[in-house]
Amino acid sequence: MRFIPESNEKRIRCYRVLDDSGLQLISNDFKQISKEVALKMYSDMVTLQMMDNIFYEAQRQGRISFYITSMGEEAINIASAAALSADDVVLAQYREPGVLLWRGFTVQEFANQCFGNIADTGKGRQMPVHYGSNKHNYFTISSPIATQLPQAVGVAYSLKVDGKNACAVTYIGDGGTSEGDFHAGLNFAAVMEAPVVFICRNNGWAISTSVSEQFKSDGIVVKGQAYGIRSIRVDGNDALAVYNAIHTAREMAITEQRPVLVESLTYRVGHHSTSDDSTKYRFINEVEYWKMARNPVKRFKNWVENNGWWSDEEETELRTSIRKQLLQAIQIAEKTEKPPLTEMFSDVYDLPPSNLREQEKQLRETISRYPGDYPSDVSI
Amino acid sequence: MLGIISQKVGAASSSVMVLGQSLQRIRPAVSTCRGYSSTANQMTVRDALNSALDEEMSADPKVFLMGEEVGEYQGAYKITKGLLDKYGPERVLDTPITEAGFTGIGVGAAYYGLKPVVEFMTFNFSLQAIDHIINSAAKSNYMSAGQMSVPIVFRGPNGAAAGVGAQHSHCFAAWYGSCPGLKVLAPYSSEDARGLLKAAIRDPDPVVFLENELLYGESFPVSAEALDSSFCLPIGKAKIEKEGKDVTITAFSKMVGYALQAAEILANEGINAEVINLRSIRPLDRSTINASVRKTNRLVTVEEGFPQHGVGAEICASVVEDSFGYLDAPVERICGADVPMPYAANLERMAVPQVEDIVRAAKRVCYRDAKMAAAA
Repeated sequence: MRFIPESNEKRIRCYRVLDDSGLQLISNDFKQISKEVALKMYSDMVTLQMMDNIFYEAQRQGRISFYITSMGEEAINIASAAALSADDVVLAQYREPGVLLWRGFTVQEFANQCFGNIADTGKGRQMPVHYGSNKHNYFTISSPIATQLPQAVGVAYSLKVDGKNACAVTYIGDGGTSEGDFHAGLNFAAVMEAPVVFICRNNGWAISTSVSEQFKSDGIVVKGQAYGIRSIRVDGNDALAVYNAIHTAREMAITEQRPVLVESLTYRVGHHSTSDDSTKYRFINEVEYWKMARNPVKRFKNWVENNGWWSDEEETELRTSIRKQLLQAIQIAEKTEKPPLTEMFSDVYDLPPSNLREQEKQLRETISRYPGDYPSDVSI
Repeated sequence: MLGIISQKVGAASSSVMVLGQSLQRIRPAVSTCRGYSSTANQMTVRDALNSALDEEMSADPKVFLMGEEVGEYQGAYKITKGLLDKYGPERVLDTPITEAGFTGIGVGAAYYGLKPVVEFMTFNFSLQAIDHIINSAAKSNYMSAGQMSVPIVFRGPNGAAAGVGAQHSHCFAAWYGSCPGLKVLAPYSSEDARGLLKAAIRDPDPVVFLENELLYGESFPVSAEALDSSFCLPIGKAKIEKEGKDVTITAFSKMVGYALQAAEILANEGINAEVINLRSIRPLDRSTINASVRKTNRLVTVEEGFPQHGVGAEICASVVEDSFGYLDAPVERICGADVPMPYAANLERMAVPQVEDIVRAAKRVCYRDAKMAAAA
């Protein structure tokens, strides 16, 4: 009689291509990326980093109500996006705006959503960072944790039935794997043989709950096998490793019509959101260590520079240009008017029912009778 | 008389047959309103639902079914009988026991453009998936500014059955009916079942389709029009099952049958009741209800669900808002008892509305004097 031990003797090894300082490890197999792709990756990582800094400050200044940063997870965001095709459907959690950025969402569009103005593709319906764009195959962010996992399986099933050369890709944090939907999503994906890639950003923290309090397993990668899902653990701060792992996972998902689980180890450098102060529950020196010594942007930059593809001048130029774009985007977004009253009542259903048309009419009558009770800068 | 009726509705297996006979007696009143041909066919609600699913799946390759036991087992209540054989496992999916899982999958598939029909073995189990129904299905079109529509149907038996206890007897009409973004339907007859399910599947919005287990075996006449594959009933329109002038009785699902039986008893006592089959909980057909109350001046609402925040409460509020001056008596709500459904047959009988409860309520709003009401 032998019980399977609660944990393996050794933790599952982590796939990486670059060492901590960005030097390529010779022995590891990986797919070479072109200079063009590398530079776009680097540029987007810098943009994401700077956007987070500037938009976070904007919230602190009271200009937007809320913000979530992805600091420390730029490699997962950009490198995973770079490894996917534009036809792959993305269902994210909320710490993956870099995927949308890679696909062409502009900083102005990000700013518009945060300010909820008339140019927002989301028509001002949602709180900040709940981006979404059908054009970019990036489903609108939904707050409840992990609901996107079984939904991604549904999308993957649709792709499977259509025989498309594409997969569904869904992101989740370490904390989200405790939700029932994680279990349901993975179980179903395996049973249905759905072409979906599950990417878990294991960044060590779920608000104030550290991973040691979240689960007792060796991270997330070991859970895949329990569902019959092929899995890999990857260094989430190594852009090349992430790129390669996702590229391969995607191939497997589509050609073999199966789900794949990729656990990306990383660290949440920022607070959970602007409603959180993580100094209350973790040591500042721990955060500083990951921010400085294990920074994924710097690490990739070193590799790009060592290839002779980047210089200090280009660095300064890039950062100056992005900063200008971001500040301008905020200024414009802030001044742009808010959505008109009709948008309060549209899209509840495909066609507005009579009771909503009535309510809108009544509201307009009330506003015209008591204009002093309503803000003058909101168009009706 | 009352004793016989209570026996009819109390016993599980015999009630179906006997109710069918009662309905046959009521049919002449219904047929004069509807004017269908005397050679109309009969169809059980089960067959009505099955044929509706079959026809919609045949017409649109995007429609597919999902749920526990819907395939190989032919459906826990045999509603999906024969569909796996006809359409194959890609379109009739047997799922593992995870309501949250398959509901989430359905929502995701709908986001991407398929048209899933998700079956809950009973709506009691939908609670395990309610986040996907409310926070995803109902709200996504709005939250995504029209980018993510959810053409999904959630269907299954709702409300009290017979002898199944508290966790299998809860009515969710008021729960889902309160949520913007959802459409909520409750068919009664086979024609309702066919027309409303077809409308639900074709609708681009998420629809909660509340069936009733005890009605599945009930047979109803169906017109030739209703048997046509293009047949569809409008969502948001109630049906006046029986016209009257003394009191309005609103009901949905199984209670429509009870209301019609009550109307017959009332007729023998000189009270001419108008029975409205709501058909649609959301959107609620307020104009039909109010027009009726303005005609009869009295209202009794009937539902099996719990009283607080129920469908009757909403109807009462709507009538008070729109037709207060027309009411000659306070509105009466007939509902299930405000307790989790007990199992023992005698207790269960007392926890759900019976025909005599409806009769007594109608008499009360007519101030018990049937002669006075008839003369008016």
